[in-house]
Formats: sequence, structure tokens, C-alpha cells
Amino acid sequence: MKNSVNRQLPEEIMQQLGYQAFQSTEIGSPDIQRVAPKVHVSTGNDKLCTSLEEVVKKTVQDGMTISFHHHFRNGDFVFNQVMRIIIDAGIKNLTLAPSSLTGVMNDLVIEAIKAGTVTNITSSGMRGSLGDFVSHGGLKNPVIFRSHGDRARAIEHGDIKIDVAFLGVPNADRLGNANGMQGKAVFGSLGYALMDAQYADKVVLLTDNLVSYPNTPASIKQTQVDYVVQVDQVGDPEKIGSGATRFTKDPKELKIASLVNEVIVNSPYFKEGFSFQTGSGGAALAVTRYLRQAMLDHKIKASFTLGGITKPMIDLLDEGLVDKVMDVQDFDKGAAESMQKNAHQQEIDASWYADPDNKGAMVDQLDVAILSALEIDTKFNVNVMSGSDGVIRGAVGGHQDAATAKMTIICAPLVRGRIATVVPDVTTVVTPGDSIDVLVTEYGIAINPKREDLQQAFSKVRSLPVYTIEELQQLAAKKVGQAAPLEFTDQTVALVEYRDGTIIDQIKAVKD
Amino acid sequence: MEIKETAVAGTLESSDIQIMITKADQGISIELESDVAKQFGQQIKKVITDTLKQLDIDAAHVKAVDKGALDCVIKARTIAAAQRATKTVDTPAWEVL
Repeated sequence: MKNSVNRQLPEEIMQQLGYQAFQSTEIGSPDIQRVAPKVHVSTGNDKLCTSLEEVVKKTVQDGMTISFHHHFRNGDFVFNQVMRIIIDAGIKNLTLAPSSLTGVMNDLVIEAIKAGTVTNITSSGMRGSLGDFVSHGGLKNPVIFRSHGDRARAIEHGDIKIDVAFLGVPNADRLGNANGMQGKAVFGSLGYALMDAQYADKVVLLTDNLVSYPNTPASIKQTQVDYVVQVDQVGDPEKIGSGATRFTKDPKELKIASLVNEVIVNSPYFKEGFSFQTGSGGAALAVTRYLRQAMLDHKIKASFTLGGITKPMIDLLDEGLVDKVMDVQDFDKGAAESMQKNAHQQEIDASWYADPDNKGAMVDQLDVAILSALEIDTKFNVNVMSGSDGVIRGAVGGHQDAATAKMTIICAPLVRGRIATVVPDVTTVVTPGDSIDVLVTEYGIAINPKREDLQQAFSKVRSLPVYTIEELQQLAAKKVGQAAPLEFTDQTVALVEYRDGTIIDQIKAVKD
Repeated sequence: MEIKETAVAGTLESSDIQIMITKADQGISIELESDVAKQFGQQIKKVITDTLKQLDIDAAHVKAVDKGALDCVIKARTIAAAQRATKTVDTPAWEVL
């Protein structure tokens, strides 16, 4: 069976799991039914516990779905503490459904899989040793990769039914009112965790900072929380994010960023009140600096920026060049710490941010998205999931979601070392070419042929070298030579969902 | 041409390749370390072998640590290492360059 981006899909597995093949980026206006969590009624006076082990054993049973958030990123102390207890308790057949998996969790996830503790995983992504383990067939059941918006959709639909959510927070009161802004290990927005707090049957907060009742502002509310557990440390503040995201000095990335800026400024969307989102790649972040100057020069202000937020974005807010920052997660300390001081930096949950099955998500209002790519092919399909060796080493993140913007720009170098970025066919389709409008490389840009309006707008701009994407692909091939095709086995190790819950591609085990 | 001593050319910076040539009794053997070995291993070995043959070297052991170098870089580093190993730095074989 092939889907509309010409990917061969595993019919049998999809039938077992009740999946449809990806057809279109159009979501339409269906009526959908959301689910609600089970509530164990309490006045809230006995939520406080000191023994994590006790709470884990009381709440987690064989076959359940458990979840975590990844806002602590590589400074996370919560995941490993909880998983250690679960593995040692001999609990089996769990489905792991975190918002994403960071490198610091890899060892315990692999141990949990080997012990039979974890038999299913859904995540935004995985990297390093875990990606390698899964790509070599280490987990029998295919991993389900979902974008941040799709995870919110799946939770609201009941596709992911979370039995127990373990959520680390840098502060909480004895009833579970908590936020991500105050304390030692602050990470700012709780955006992804808010879904778990709202929809899990049992919500367990872990905190190293018990504050007096009632705690405000309360991003997570006492009405959602079953247990509050005191632990020594929830995270390492030094490893959550750098102090302030620094701009790249790589001349190639700066060249790309300046071309992206030219594309934005010369597009029909660059006008008073426009909105934009940047991804976390080096060039994507550097765009902010060029865009700032262009906004000053043209006396244009943005109505909002969206998504993962960095300090340079907060600087634009402080300077009055951006009215609102709609913040689902913070990538550095500067952005995390400014949230409590700035009322115009709004914490948003993953559903508000990007869930397609909504009464309107923020991404649907977005004018310009600047995203990166591991690979992009001549159909404009983008891969951010599997490396050039076919091994899983990335995350969907908000890529599919932000790509619904009116103009989606992919910025990527033409080649990385000896690996071509612009290729005839990507290894894994994550974001369909239909939602990509412009590719910017250091050599020039390519415009999706479907966007005749943009072709016309940019053809008059002298500073923009316009190529066809086939020309850029051939240029890349000429530089690096012909790569031998990757070899895979027949085992499907992962399925990649599109944001509507259909299957856009599969990932197979690599042959070594 | 004969390998007289072990010689090295190139660095371990990205997009470079480090070539070390040592003496061997017969034939050209290549030990390759590369992140892109899956996709480009055969091509890298071919460029090294072809370059050595052009320089009339039939017996050598090559250890190559590749960091994603393009063919032109691989060729240049192989020539440099070969000239050093054959002690012909002062009298390069211009006709094959």
C-alpha cells in the first residue's frame, strides 16, 4: 500500500493498529468527540507524599500507559528516578508516552525495553543510543512518532490514554498548584505537560520545592493532581538550556539566514501585524537578528511569535518589535526566566499551539515559519527524523504543525560534509512537500511550483538567486558524488504519523 | 615507486581526511574509518587506490580516517602522503598531477 507521498506502508501492521494512510494536509471541518479522564474524588488533604516508591507502586500496573514531559531536556532527573523504581518493581508491558525523549533518558529506556518493562513507545523523537537501539530492531512493536500538535490531538481523541503522568515541576503546593517559572530548575512554559495534567487518569507531580498554599500562577491546577511527591532534585538547571542562545558564527549559516530574511521581507506577508515562528536550527535562529533590522528599517511590527522560544525572541518583545510571544516551551534560561515578568509572554498548551482537531490552533494563524531539515527532496518532502545512515536520530517536534503557516521556509545547507541535504527522495517523509513553500540554501532558493504567487514575487528580487529544486539537487550531487543506497531489513521499527493521525511513512531496521 | 617511510597528510577536521601510508610487501590495502562509509566507503577507497596507481605505487598499506571529505580532498591528501612516503616531495611527478 502506498500513500499520497508515494511511500510504501506496512499494510498488516496498519490494519492491526487501525491506521489509515496519509492523504492530504487538509484537515477539513469534521465533528470530533474528545475524551475525559477518570477522577478519583478527594478533598485534596492527603496528596502529599515523601516516598516516590510508594506512589509508583500504588499507581502503576502491568500494561498501563505512563507519560512524562521533556521540558527539563538533558537536565531531567525525574524520568530516571521513576523508571528505576518501575523496572525494579518488575512491572511489565508498559506503553511509554512522553512528550519527547532526551538523551539523558536513553540508558533507562533501553534497560526497560530489555527487561520487558516497556513494550510500546510513542514520542516526538529519539536520539543517540536509543535511536540506534530501535533502528537495529531492539523494540518489537513499532515506535509511533507524533508531532507536538498530533500528540495533543491523540490525547484528546483517546488514541493515547494516559493512565499515570509523572510530571516534574520546579514548584508546587501541597494540593498540586504548580508552574515552571519559579524555583531552582526553572524551564518556563509547561506547554507540553499541560496536556498530560488535563487528560491523565492519575497525575503525580514531583517537586524539589514545596511552597505554601495556594501557589500562583497555577499552570497545573489542584483540580488535576492526585499526588505531590517531594524529591531531592527535579533537574539540573545548568543542563536544561544555555543561558542565552547565541547566534551562529558559521558563515554558511549566516548566508542562509540573510537569504531567509530576503525571502521574508520580499514576500507579501511582511507587513504590519505579521506573525512568525523559527525552529531551533542554527540558521533558523540567526534569522531573528536579520529580521530585527528589517523590521526596524521598514517600521513594521509583528503581532506574535510562536513555538519554542529563545532569549533573542524575548529581546524583540522587550524592544516592542513583537506584541506577544506565544510560548509552548523555552529553549534557554533567558526565555524561561522572563516568562513570569512579562505578561505578554503567554504560556500555551500543545493543543492551543498546534492540535489540528481544534476550534482554531495558533499554527493556523501563522504567516511565516522558518524550519530546518536533515533532508529535503525534489517533491519538497522533508525529513527531520532519520540520519543519512538511516538510523533514527531526530524528532518531529513542531515541524509538521508549523509547516501549516502561510509561507513555510526550509533553511538548510546544500550539503553537510559529504552528505547531500537536497536529494531525489528523502529517507523518511516527516513533513509533506505540500506544506513547504520555499527552500533556502547558501547557493540560492527554490520555490514550490505550486506557489506561482511567490515565484512571481521573488523573480523580481535581484538579491535572490532562484533555482528549481531539481537544479539544487543536481548541484549537490555534483559536489558529493553518488551515494550508495541505504540497506534496510523488512522489520518496521517505527511509524511516523502526520498531524491528523494518518501514516505518512515507516522506518525500517537498518542492515549492518 | 617504493614506499621508503611511513608518512601522514591531512587532519581530523570535518570535511578533511587523514591519510597514513606505510610500507607493504605487495598490493594496496586500505583500512578506512568514516561516518559515511555506508554511502561512500567504496568511492573513497577507489579514489585512494586510483591516485596511488597513478603515482606508480603498487605496494602500500593505507590507514584513512575520513571526516566527510570530497573526492578532490581525498586525492590531494593521498598525493601529499604518497610524496612524503616515497621521499619525492622535492621532485614531484608533475606529469601525473
